[in-house]
Order: sequence, then structure tokens, then C-alpha cells
Amino acid sequence: MNGSRWTMIVLIAVVTLFLVSWAIKSFPSSGDTISWPSIRHAFFVTLAAFVTLAIFSFLYKDNPYYKFAEHLFVGVSAAYWMCVGFWSTFVGNLIPRISPGLSKFFGVPYKEFTFYYFVPLILGILLLMRLSSKAGWLSRWALAFIVGTTAGLNLIRYLRSDFISQVSNTFVPLLVQWKGTGAFFSDFSLASGGQFTLMLTNWVIFIGTFCGLIYFFFSKEHKGVFGAASRVGIWVLMITFGASFGYTVMGRVSLLVGRLTFLFDDWLGLMN
Amino acid sequence: MKNVPISYPTFFIILPLLIILNSALTAQPEVTPIDSAAALIPRNITAKDFKYDRGETIELNWKPADRVNQEMLDGYEVYRAEESSDSFVSIGFTGPDVTRFKDNGVVSEKRYRYRVAAIVGDVPYLSEATPPASPTMELVNFNLANLFIIGCLIAGAVTYFIGHARRGKKLFIRKIAGLEAIDEAIGRATEMGRPILFVPGINDMDDVQTIAGITLLGRVAKVVADYDIKINMPVSRSIVMTTARETIKEAYMGAGRPDAYNDDMVRYITDEQFGYVAAVDGIMVREKPATCFYLGAFYAESLILAETGNSIGAIQIAGTAQPAQLPFFVAACDYTLIGEELFAASAYLSNEPKQLGSLKGQDVGKLLAMVVIIVGVVAATISQSWNIAFFTRLYDLMIKLFTVQN
Repeated sequence: MNGSRWTMIVLIAVVTLFLVSWAIKSFPSSGDTISWPSIRHAFFVTLAAFVTLAIFSFLYKDNPYYKFAEHLFVGVSAAYWMCVGFWSTFVGNLIPRISPGLSKFFGVPYKEFTFYYFVPLILGILLLMRLSSKAGWLSRWALAFIVGTTAGLNLIRYLRSDFISQVSNTFVPLLVQWKGTGAFFSDFSLASGGQFTLMLTNWVIFIGTFCGLIYFFFSKEHKGVFGAASRVGIWVLMITFGASFGYTVMGRVSLLVGRLTFLFDDWLGLMN
Repeated sequence: MKNVPISYPTFFIILPLLIILNSALTAQPEVTPIDSAAALIPRNITAKDFKYDRGETIELNWKPADRVNQEMLDGYEVYRAEESSDSFVSIGFTGPDVTRFKDNGVVSEKRYRYRVAAIVGDVPYLSEATPPASPTMELVNFNLANLFIIGCLIAGAVTYFIGHARRGKKLFIRKIAGLEAIDEAIGRATEMGRPILFVPGINDMDDVQTIAGITLLGRVAKVVADYDIKINMPVSRSIVMTTARETIKEAYMGAGRPDAYNDDMVRYITDEQFGYVAAVDGIMVREKPATCFYLGAFYAESLILAETGNSIGAIQIAGTAQPAQLPFFVAACDYTLIGEELFAASAYLSNEPKQLGSLKGQDVGKLLAMVVIIVGVVAATISQSWNIAFFTRLYDLMIKLFTVQN
């Protein structure tokens, strides 16, 4: 049997399954009469289930069902975001501040005239100049404004959150509740919140941050003591990544459980 | 039995009795006598402009009632009036232990007067009106002076090293493995005759990681133009698309091959995160790029992209500063630029004095951080364990210097 015949058989099977599933889902479980809302609801639940399965089919290999789901998703979402951009940013935000006439036309309440809203309007028009072969260079002004403003604003934000706050949070005492070496060993305990655990935590913070900084120091070759500290730094990073990996995978498993719950409960009704 | 109407005398006897009974049932518990009404009235009320804001707040402070009377207080009610008016309007209520109030409902440069009342039951014990105060906007926020000084130190170092590099002095930058591999990866695509896939993440141009990714794209596109390979760049933001097209176009022009540039090299897919990922995955398995670059800001899609790239046997170079996504790239890609390495990449690859000087300047910032951390940790340790006054003062100073107030 050639490939195209197989494709046709699978397609017919999928369509048949879809129709059967839709028909079964359309009948209310409580014995009520069939109605348009229940037919519509059944259609969307069945469609969602089949699209979910189509996306899962990518785990086997690329196939027409995955392509269908992919193109449907991309097309719908692109159109959705275009509408959101137009109605929330352009109509919802800009128009009510620059023109009472246009506000009335779009049916949005006119707010106070704000002259500086013309700045994004002009920058937006400049971006659209790309469509013109002669005035296309003007779009670079808008881009330069976006990139320059981003860099400037983020400099302060990162300096504050990633530099100053990080540094001050590393000012930790390496000896906690210290009453001498003898007392430390006589009271030694691995209890959470105990002296040893607190000290260990502070040492890890200090060494981890310090060696991490050394790893990201580009002006010196990583050799000798500096190289050893840098290796400690990358080890700290890798251990952190490992912990983060496990934590995130657990989160992803819960997403999978959510999808499977939809398939087995909302669609097939097997979980009740 | 016939209903007999109540006679008028009976009615006039019962009515006062009912009124008395009702009063007795609904009477409030007796209020503890107040020592003196004057002792309840809030004292020393000050209304001042709240410093370092946009001129939208006035701050009120007052002295509380005597401790004996304070126990009877339900709280304080704050009243405001414009300077020219005597009609004070209630603007807020605080608890009995709070003697501070921020009025955020004021207009910049207008003058206001305030009165504060101590409330006992329903009775307000009202203070005199304060002298007029007006909120003003300060041009300079001195609370951020430390941020300014540190910023100046780093910016000064950057400027110095840029000048240093421009004078032709050689600036050393250590090798970064992931960046060394970029040329190798592009060479592999050339040998295999397959395209290169460049993914700039899913954030817009207001993210420095995207900017860093696009800067690296310039370098990649230049090599791509030289080798005449196909580059494919699906994007999820329209402005990233425009910027990427400009960058690639410039690289092709720089390589002397403007005719080979095509706008279709950069394609907008969708803003939707997983719609974008589904499309990029499809592109990967259908076009089978020899090399995949993931340079920018990534979220949950990082592992999906990197795993698909791995499954088609592409050489993969990733770079991001998203701590939660780095583990996935480290696990599934051949080379990963971790955080700062992504930002250093363009300087490293371009060898331009401006960028190298900037990178050196940032290293001065890291050196400063390392020194400050050592000083802070030593001061904290000695101060806590041996309580030496000098180190306690030093620790307090360090905390003050490295705490940002709003």
C-alpha cells in the first residue's frame, strides 16, 4: 500500500473518530434533550482534544496533523495579537488622548488631550516608513530611540537590582553566634536553623557569589588560583542549574497532568 | 371578644415607659471619663512636602495623646482644606498607634492646611490647623546618590578603557568557548549546505538580552554573507523583525553582497509564545538547519527548542541571562553563553575598541563588587562575633552605601 493511500485511510479514520466523538459528547449525560449549546460545547471540546493530540503527535515525527495544529495556532494567535495591539494600544490608549473625533468614531470615551502621545505616534509612523523604498531610512530613528531608551533605563534598573542589592545581600557574617571553637564543636548540630547550618549557608553565599564573579571576569586568564576560583564558580553555577532543572521539570510535569486531565476528564469523561 | 381601643390616658402612660425602656436597651456602654480633652488633641502637627517624589504627596506627623488617654482612642482622622478655604474635608483615618499620614491626593504646587482629630467614640478632638504646605517635585533624588556614585565609577571606567583602546593599547579578553565555536558552527553549515537558524528569543527590543542577541546576529550575518549560506530567522515581535532585517541588510552590505540580501530571511510568526515555538519546531524538522543559535531572552520554550534542535542533529549555540532557562540550554546545547557572556560576546567577536573598552569597564565594576563584598563580609563577621565598634560602624556604612531607598 503506498503512502498517499495510508494518509487517506488515516485521515478518514480521524474524521470519523472526530464526528463520532462530537456526536457522543453532544448528548447531555443527565438525560436532557439535545440542544444547540450542548452541540456547540461538544464541538469545541472535541476540537480541543484533537488539536491536543495533533500537537502530541510531534513526539512521533512531523506529520500533517501537527502541521494543521501548528498553522491553526499561529494563524489564530497572530490575528488575535494584531487585534489586541490595534484595539488596546492604538484605539484604547492613543486615540482618546489625541482626537475627540476619532474617539467618537471608534466609540471610546475621549480623555484629556495629551500632547506627548504624539511622540509614539510619530515613532510608529517612522517605523512604517520601511514600506517606502525612499524614506525607509527614517525607520532607523525609531529603532535607535527604542534601543537607546531600553539600554538607558535598564542600566539603572540592573544597577539597582542586580548589582547593589546583590552586593548588600552578600554582607553576611561567616561566624554566627560565635562563642569560640570549643563551644562550636561541643554544641555541634546539623539541625536546620542551628549555628552550623546558618554558617554553612553564609559561607555558600559568600564563596558562591565571589567565585561566580571571578568566573565572569574577562580581563584575566583563568589560570592558577584565579582559575581554581573560577572553576569553583562554574561548579556553583552548574549545581544551581541542576537544582533549577529538577524544579522546573516538576512544574512541566504538572502542565502535562493538566493536559491529560483535560483529555481524560473533560473529553472522555473517564475520571468521574 | 370585642377589640377595645386603648384609652388616651393609658397611651400617654405607656409611651414614655416604652421610650425609657428602649433607651435603656440601646444605651451605649458608659464612656470612661477623659482626664482632659486637651490631653487628647494631637500635638505638634507638621505638614511637609514628601521629599524626592513628583510633587504628589504631603507627609503629616504629630505627637500622640498621653499614654493614659491613648487607650481610649479609636484612631485619628485627618482633614484637609485648601489654603484659601476653611472647609476641612476628611481624607483618611489611621489607627490609634499611628501618628503619621501620607496624603497622596494633592496637586503639585497647591497649598493645603490640615487638621488631625483624635476620635473617641463618635467625638472628634480636633487640633488647630497646620500652616500651609505644598507638594513640590524635586529634580534630584538624593536618596539615590549612592546609585549615582557607583554608576559614575563604572561609567568612568568604561570611558577610560574606551579611550585606552582607541589610543591603540591592547586590551586582553580571555577566551570564551561558546564564542570560539560560532565560526566553527557556521563553517559546518557551509560544508553541509544547510541553512542556519537564528532565534532571538521571545522578548521585544526593550529587553537587553534581545539587543545582545541582535548584536551577535550582526556578526553571524556577516560570516553568513561571506560564506553565502541561507539564514532563517523566525521572530515573535514586529520590532525585532524590523531591527533584525536592518542588521542583516547592513551585514550583507558590509560584506559587499547587498544583492544577496532578502527580507524573507527574517519572518514574523506570532506574538503568542507557544504558537511561535510550534512554528519554529516545524521549521527545524522540515528545513533541518545545520546550526541553531538561540541568543536572547527565553522562557518555557527553551527546552522545547533545544530538544528539537538536538533531535535533528544541529550544532546548537545558546545564550541567555534567564537563570531559570540556562539549565535547559546547558543540558541540550553544544555551547551555552551564560548570562554576562552573552553581553560580552559582541565585544569579544568584534574586537572594536569601543566595545572592548566597555567590557573592560564592566570588569572594573565586578572588581569593585568583589572588593566591597570582602570588606562587607569581614566587617559583618567581626562586628557580630567580637562586637568591635570600628567594624560595627564599617558594617553600618557598607549597608548604607549599598542600600537603595526609593
